[in-house]
Amino acid sequence: MESVVVKSIIALTAMAAVFGAILAIASRIFAVDRDPRVEEIVEALPGANCGACGFPGCQGYAEAAVAAGVAPVPCPPGGAEVARKVADILGADAGEHVAKVAVVHCAGGRSNAVRRLEYDGLMDCRAAMLVSGSPKACVFGCLGYGTCRDVCPFDAVALDADGVVHIDPVRCTGCGNCVEACPVNIIELVPEDMKVHVMCSSRDKGKKAKEVCQVACIACQLCVKKCPHEAIRMEDDLAIIDYAKCTNCGICAAVCPTKAITDQVSVRPKALIGSSCVGIGECKKVCPTKAITGEAGQRHEVDREKCIGCGLCLDACPTKAVTMVGALGHSKGRE
Amino acid sequence: MDLGQLFAIIIGAIFVSNFVLMRFLGLCPFVGVSKDSDSALGMGMAVIFVMTMASLVTWFIYTYVLVPLDIVYLRTIAFILVIATLVQFVEMVMEKTSPTLHRSLGIYLPLITTNCAVLGVAVINVDDFMVTGLPRAASFIYTVVNGLSAGIGFTLALILMAAIRERLDLVDIPKPMRGIPITFIVAGLMAMAFMGFAGLKIG
Repeated sequence: MESVVVKSIIALTAMAAVFGAILAIASRIFAVDRDPRVEEIVEALPGANCGACGFPGCQGYAEAAVAAGVAPVPCPPGGAEVARKVADILGADAGEHVAKVAVVHCAGGRSNAVRRLEYDGLMDCRAAMLVSGSPKACVFGCLGYGTCRDVCPFDAVALDADGVVHIDPVRCTGCGNCVEACPVNIIELVPEDMKVHVMCSSRDKGKKAKEVCQVACIACQLCVKKCPHEAIRMEDDLAIIDYAKCTNCGICAAVCPTKAITDQVSVRPKALIGSSCVGIGECKKVCPTKAITGEAGQRHEVDREKCIGCGLCLDACPTKAVTMVGALGHSKGRE
Repeated sequence: MDLGQLFAIIIGAIFVSNFVLMRFLGLCPFVGVSKDSDSALGMGMAVIFVMTMASLVTWFIYTYVLVPLDIVYLRTIAFILVIATLVQFVEMVMEKTSPTLHRSLGIYLPLITTNCAVLGVAVINVDDFMVTGLPRAASFIYTVVNGLSAGIGFTLALILMAAIRERLDLVDIPKPMRGIPITFIVAGLMAMAFMGFAGLKIG
């Protein structure tokens, strides 16, 4: 009896020892030299495996970066911070990186856009597009079945009850998955600090656009005329903002008759005219909303209700009497 | 050893007593890795490879270690030890010698280390071919062929399942049934369909 127990224990222990030894030797013989920097870079990356960089996941990106000795493209979700970390690990220069966020250029929901059919199939924009085209009378608009929400690895996209897509710019990392998934191509990556957007993609003529959607761009050109920085142009009856020139002044959003241009600056500053005002009236001339009143030679006043905080008066005043108050950090990009 | 017997073993392991659908072994990867057919194929290839290798190695261990020492009742523990070692070893060799193969197959290898289907094939081999008094050569060949066929049967079930699930993704399924529940139902129906093979008489 005892001998059986002893025999079993010895036999199995011996087998385990032999196998252990084989594995130990094999791990030496077949050791693969791995660059420790790959692991370091994988650690530094966001780890979402979103594939926005064009490589198969974060591991693939790290391997490519180490092989090339420099980050091939900046990691879109990681932004400047990750680019710097990766560059530190590789001992290379990070270069400039502009953080971007996605914007859906359509705000037509059930309440304001005319629908031509009710689609009842698979709730996926691409599938709906194949089956029946857009459910809206406007063929350029968002389909509203949330494919962008489903592909977002960062939970940044939400679909409200009205069927309008909202992208949270704080959560959005600019990976671009939604841009690729959208079958109507109305999602665009814009610089993170841009807050004024045309929420319409309709290339229809004004009359038709207005017929099918209450918040469509009707190509009235008001924004083009009023933009002090010549940042808006008309392309096929649609206003397009040139983000390189835009300063977030918000004048276009204020003048747009259909509210197709939205201003997402949460708190705007207000102009305040100080005691050094000598009443030249330059500010009055440039104010797009006629918020400044006052007789020539007298100290002018700002109607805080009308002021949209565009800051044009600030630049126009030769005596530097105008200051912007409120909204910390808003004037970013203007100086 | 005759070819008819060999044919019966192959058909038996692939269809009649399919490891997943008739013996109900290896159900975890069957549900887990059957979401798309690419990974199902990768997993299937890895299983075929490991099952064949495991059958081969466990035959040697059983015949030349366990039987002479008269400790055949320890076969389960010994086989687990052997299979785990084997898989680890193969993964190391593969990573060194063929990184491409490792990339496509390697990620599934750790999943199979202690997969019950792999252990199952080793144990079934013992019952069917090693204690039945077959000549050594025949027992060895039957064992390896059985391991290979069992792996093919597993892959077949996995790929069929993956194909069905890829189609299910595009179907309007009642909400509470989506995902795993419908997969279980499909697995049950597939198992019932495979029962039809039980009527096959070969050899």
